[in-house]
Amino acid sequence: MNKVVGTNVTKIDAVKLARGEPVFTDDHRPPGMLYAKVLRSPHAHARILEVDATAALAVDGVVDVIWHRDTRPILHTRAGQSYPEPSPYDTVMMPEKARFIGDRVAVVAAETLIAAERALDLIEVKYEVLEAVTDMDEALRRTDLLIHETPDPRGISQAGRSNLAAHIDKQVGDVDAALKTCDLVVERTYFLPKVQASHIEPHVSMAWVDEDDRLIVRTSTQIPFHLRRMLARILEIPEARIRVIKPRVGGGFGDKQELVVEDLVSFLALRLRRPVRLEFTRHEELVAARLRHSQRIVMTTGVMKDGTIVANRMHVTADTGAYGSHALTVQGNTGQKVLPMYPAKNIHFIVDCAYTNNPISGAFRGYGAPQGCFALECHIDEVARELGMDRLELRKKNHIRLGDTDPLSAKLGEGKEGLVRVVHSTSLEECIVRGCEAIGWGDKRPPTQPYFKRGLGMALAMQGSGIAGVDWGGATVKLNDDGSVNLTVGATDIGQGSDTVLAQLCAEELGIPYDKVLILSSDTDFTPFDVGAYASSTTYVSGGAVVKAARRLREQLAGLLGTKWECDPGDLVFSEGSVTEPRGRSMTMQDVALFALYEAKIQPMATESHMSNESPPPFAAQFADVEVDTETGQVFVRKFVSAVDCGTVVHPRLAEGQVEGAVAQGLGYALWEEVLVDRAGKVLNPHFLDYKIATALDMPELVTFLVETSEPSGPYGAKAAGEVPIDGPAPAIVNAICDAVGVRCYRIPATPERVWRAMKEQESS
Amino acid sequence: MTIELILDGKRTALEILPGQNLLQALRGASRFSVKLGCETGDCGSCTVLLDGEPVNSCVVAAARAAGRSVTTLEGLLGDPLMQRLQRELVDKGAVQCGYCSPGMLISLYALLKQDEAPTDRDVREALSGNLCRCTGYVKPVEAALAVAATLGGAS
Ligand code: FES
Ligand code: FES
Repeated sequence: MNKVVGTNVTKIDAVKLARGEPVFTDDHRPPGMLYAKVLRSPHAHARILEVDATAALAVDGVVDVIWHRDTRPILHTRAGQSYPEPSPYDTVMMPEKARFIGDRVAVVAAETLIAAERALDLIEVKYEVLEAVTDMDEALRRTDLLIHETPDPRGISQAGRSNLAAHIDKQVGDVDAALKTCDLVVERTYFLPKVQASHIEPHVSMAWVDEDDRLIVRTSTQIPFHLRRMLARILEIPEARIRVIKPRVGGGFGDKQELVVEDLVSFLALRLRRPVRLEFTRHEELVAARLRHSQRIVMTTGVMKDGTIVANRMHVTADTGAYGSHALTVQGNTGQKVLPMYPAKNIHFIVDCAYTNNPISGAFRGYGAPQGCFALECHIDEVARELGMDRLELRKKNHIRLGDTDPLSAKLGEGKEGLVRVVHSTSLEECIVRGCEAIGWGDKRPPTQPYFKRGLGMALAMQGSGIAGVDWGGATVKLNDDGSVNLTVGATDIGQGSDTVLAQLCAEELGIPYDKVLILSSDTDFTPFDVGAYASSTTYVSGGAVVKAARRLREQLAGLLGTKWECDPGDLVFSEGSVTEPRGRSMTMQDVALFALYEAKIQPMATESHMSNESPPPFAAQFADVEVDTETGQVFVRKFVSAVDCGTVVHPRLAEGQVEGAVAQGLGYALWEEVLVDRAGKVLNPHFLDYKIATALDMPELVTFLVETSEPSGPYGAKAAGEVPIDGPAPAIVNAICDAVGVRCYRIPATPERVWRAMKEQESS
Repeated sequence: MTIELILDGKRTALEILPGQNLLQALRGASRFSVKLGCETGDCGSCTVLLDGEPVNSCVVAAARAAGRSVTTLEGLLGDPLMQRLQRELVDKGAVQCGYCSPGMLISLYALLKQDEAPTDRDVREALSGNLCRCTGYVKPVEAALAVAATLGGAS
């Protein structure tokens, strides 16, 4: 058998990236390119009455200044989701009312960046400042102060009536009745901060109009095809006039699953007939890109003495900020991807998601699940403590198993009724065993200082592989003279390595070496459709399309050779770059290609699409060994273990890399990261200096196991890997802190001050 | 205006704008390995060697590079030590999105020029100014140590 799947082939783009080749969006500078800059609102809530750009336009090099008078108010959502999007249409390109500090007020285009920046200072704006509401509970109460006055044309949000951006209330069984029958009911409240994806490459796009009068958009995005559709709507031009090119992307993590800058460069390019480029500053990333939703989660759990979880209620109150992109679905995921870990007979999941005058929240790796997983996995430890039961045993007794049905799946799809999900592959039990072994569970190491205390914590996590019945992708495979193939996919490599993995799947299916696959991803003119890189879908969903297309190409070739060799096409073996028939005759792929192209005179080529009605969950068991400085409250993670079931591992090193990167982000979520927004709606730490993400020095020893399974519905048995490992670090670490010092941080990040205060409170009580 | 400097080993007249930082000036001169991640000196994507020392070029005024030597990754592509670092980063899977890679490579190159037998801690310190959001630093550190192991410095 050809063996490409499961090997560490060279990542397809790694060499050029390590050479610093000009492969990212901004590494291309079309002649005559203008620089755009956005003037942002200093007010959290204010009508933009008048913009006077006279002085700005007088600056040498300034070409244009636009504001809402220059645009048409076409309602849309900027969330990059399949049409019809389950996010409210509450956004216009240039709003007449600023809804957060950082909302768009005006846009400058200039010959140089310096001129554009200077112009921003000279634009005079007349605002009518309105009362702002930044507290989500207050926002939900107030019907006299509406952040969105225009009703949502599709009724997803309650815009025009209240500040409720999304609401969910789904129940399996009857939680209230069941709680009355339980031996113990435990209720706790957990608080999750706003954090930011912090991909190192900022949002950056450029657009120009080509010689055929078409709009070309080169952009750092996760969703080229959704973007084309959204731009067509916003700009009121046909999709056919738009081409979106996705070059290499310097990380996205969900934050680029959204239209953030593309409409502005496109609008200006069409208006000025010149190339226009817009790149966010880091400051803009932190105030005007997207955040992970902050939430308050109340968990109410009823158990029997033997540890059986009978009823579980999760009530989420969330802040989506000024606009509701992803509001319904992120919050939906908080329960949907998390509660099924313990499939109790009675589950109740409630969401109230508020519009506020805070910066906008949206998609970020994990998509709601990190919040839910934190609440649930901390809560399991709390239940175990009150029950007097071992926390590992409580998990083992209740966690979902092979053949179990996810009780919430049918009730909660992507914003509407979904498909029933049954677990057909899981190695969660082995993940727990391997993880316990590696962390030394039940065998706490001594602290390294007399005033330190040491503890262990764990968390279980599950996610999905694509959105069942919604996500799909296409792939085309075409054979060339020399036996190489062009593989074109709409799937979007944003640094995670999907081009490599998809090329591996293609090579495996055709029995050719990996380096014979030439992959082109994400150019809306040249590749088939794909929903894009999100929801852990690429390997599982797009990979399915690649395998199907490669298989069909193989069948075409087998048909040709079967006729030539007068044998059953089904008996031909494709392996090691050759095709062999049962009697031993054999041809290299190159000769097969020459035969097809020059004798049979056909182009062997196939396009296939793939959608799955399932979304098999990948699983993770994660473990933390921490020390707490009892004098300062500072937490040191000494070791972090992740045991992950992502099905068949297509590329071990890339899959490990996904886990390690996710753990680093999860560690930040647990301990340092928080976008601080004051009561007026202003971000207080809009720089890497004070919004701290993990450095090389902050990382503990990471141990990663990939405990393989074979998922029947996945390509070569693969599931997803990208998101599930970000869920467990925060609860595992907070559980370990609690194990060390006996107090729980209900609020993350568990900063030294919070840990110290929690310890003091306990001492004084 | 124009400044004279040694850019990637060659005496060069570099076109700069008033108030421009070195990062922007270098990108303007097609040194696209020099990446913008923050422009506040916090992320290291724009790391270059200024007179042999790694600096964040975004916080250096372009005018201050006059008369000095500036080396970017483009200028080190033929350097054997840099090539080993690149090879090892690629092989170990340390390049995910690759946006931070040029900056990391410059920092690691500067480290290994000075110290052929760094410890894990030394490597992490050398990389502490290079933010990477993709890898968790496991594989970059592994790659650097693997290169160091071949340098034959006393261990
Ligand atoms: S861009 Fe220079 S340090 Fe971030
Ligand atoms: S590889 Fe993406 S930031 Fe380092």
